[in-house]
Amino acid sequence: MSAFSLERVSPRRRRADRLARGAVAALTLVALVPLALVVWYLLEQGLGALSVDFFTTDPSGSFLGDPGGIKSAIVGTVLMVALAAAIAVPVGVGVAIWLVELGRAGKLAQAVRYFVDVMTGVPSIVFGLFVYITLVTTGFGGSSFAGWKGSVALALLMLPVVTRSAEVVLLLVPDTLREASYALGAPRWRTIVRVVLPAALPGIVTGVLLAIARAAGETAPLLFTAAVVNATTVDLGDRMNSLPALIFQNVAQPQDRLVAIAWGAALTLVAMILILTLLARLIQRRSRLS
Amino acid sequence: MGAGAITAAGARRRELQGSPAARLPDRLLRWGLTALSVGVIALIAFFFVRLIVESEPVFSQHGVIDYLFTSDWVPSREVYGAVPLIAGTLITSAIALAIGVPVAVATALYVTELAPARVRGPLTVLVELLAAVPSVVYGLWGFFFLIPTLQPAERWFADTFSFVPFVGGAVTGPNYFVAGLILAIMILPIVSAIAREVMSTVPREHKEAALALGATRWEMIRMAVIPYSRAGIAGGAMLGLGRAIGETIAVTLVIGNAPAIGDSVFQQGYTLAAVIANEFGEAASDPLHRAALIAAGLVLFVLTLLVNGVARTFVVRAERGTRAAAKPAAGMSA
Repeated sequence: MSAFSLERVSPRRRRADRLARGAVAALTLVALVPLALVVWYLLEQGLGALSVDFFTTDPSGSFLGDPGGIKSAIVGTVLMVALAAAIAVPVGVGVAIWLVELGRAGKLAQAVRYFVDVMTGVPSIVFGLFVYITLVTTGFGGSSFAGWKGSVALALLMLPVVTRSAEVVLLLVPDTLREASYALGAPRWRTIVRVVLPAALPGIVTGVLLAIARAAGETAPLLFTAAVVNATTVDLGDRMNSLPALIFQNVAQPQDRLVAIAWGAALTLVAMILILTLLARLIQRRSRLS
Repeated sequence: MGAGAITAAGARRRELQGSPAARLPDRLLRWGLTALSVGVIALIAFFFVRLIVESEPVFSQHGVIDYLFTSDWVPSREVYGAVPLIAGTLITSAIALAIGVPVAVATALYVTELAPARVRGPLTVLVELLAAVPSVVYGLWGFFFLIPTLQPAERWFADTFSFVPFVGGAVTGPNYFVAGLILAIMILPIVSAIAREVMSTVPREHKEAALALGATRWEMIRMAVIPYSRAGIAGGAMLGLGRAIGETIAVTLVIGNAPAIGDSVFQQGYTLAAVIANEFGEAASDPLHRAALIAAGLVLFVLTLLVNGVARTFVVRAERGTRAAAKPAAGMSA
């Protein structure tokens, strides 16, 4: 004979429980519907456009004839994002090191953290506008639109992402490692370069890859800064094509073949970003910190 | 003797610190990195000043009040009233929140509380993949798939529920609702990620206490999980709002770009971000038009600044609550 008699949950409460849990599960499924639809539609429309020629010829710009491929857009995206990373990564990681190793909880560090947060929230188009009015309309560097100006806009977008993720990882490096280094007589810079950074490297790389993935898909800041052209160029001082800008330009065209190019370019772009994202996740999983 | 001890200690310290030359790299590192960090602040300040200076022509011509509170945007007549743009931004963002936040919270609840352990990881990755799709691809998809697919349903809805304010009336292909829906999809990953993070910090004791008192799973969620994570969810929603306000390309492609306030959510409109992307080409040779667009950027900047400021206070409050709890931040890195 048991001393307790557990009362059964009343049917009304059980029904409510089942209903609510069902609703939560259903809404979760709803969240996955757009992903499935986008991927399906992208494959359906985009796969047909892909061919060797598609990747090795420039857009022709001709409205009626052969629309060409997307070579210049791929080259432009890769170059501009690479330069943006070359700007944003050293600065972003440098600021993160300063925040964690030197600035710590001081007033100045708090201010810097606040402004990095502000940068995170600034819409990408506003960064584009800023670069447009400071570098493009003023003809800075002897040109109006230029690939490197697009890179600057992308770097502004990447900077806060790199800084915040690097800061989080640097904070995870145990203080005992730093103390061991100091105890061996290593000066601060040596401790940072030889002990702290190597320990945090996988996490920093993850953050950088995610920032690159985000920048590669940005359209708005490039429209004002690098413009859209057809010919391939490797000169970052020149107008430069990019995948997102090409897609944006072709969507509005009433020509099916140009739209098909846009779908092919979109599929290429998403595949590139997906690979970067998965690579980032893989490195993150391998990392011992976090 | 005292003096001797001090000099001895001083000598010892100097020896440990090394010569001034040996300390130079440390100094350089410190000053270099400090300069870099202060540079970030200077950059944002410069940024703000530039936007104000460059939008000045439109403000001196029309006045700030006229720009912000009149509703005619006619570049050909040099009339710039930003009300339709601001309204469009707010309407689409509100729709995005209304659709996106419940779905995001449900996803987070499912992953943290209800899902079998096996599907948690994959589900999280799938939701995060939504963030990997670029804005322009959502725009492309919205333009060619969502607009034609949704139109019959929108028409039916507008006819059936025409008594509801802002629903009845004509339905255009591109409209506020489609834009809001795409924004909802785009903000889902971030809102969901933050909700998941705060929900995973709910102390196990709270949940077990609820269950021990005989609560069903759902009652436990309502009594223990939701109240504890409310501030964090609100913060996540505000961050999502910040994203939605500034989103440009996807919205430009599906909102119709008509500078008037539509009568219902199924009519076309314009947003601050879309007007900049769309009109900057033609504005290049017209200083006043350009200033009007830069002013739109300034309004956008200030709006996101306000929204993110509010979001931050919410998230900070949520984190503080977490820290005060018995087991702090167990799942913050998840």
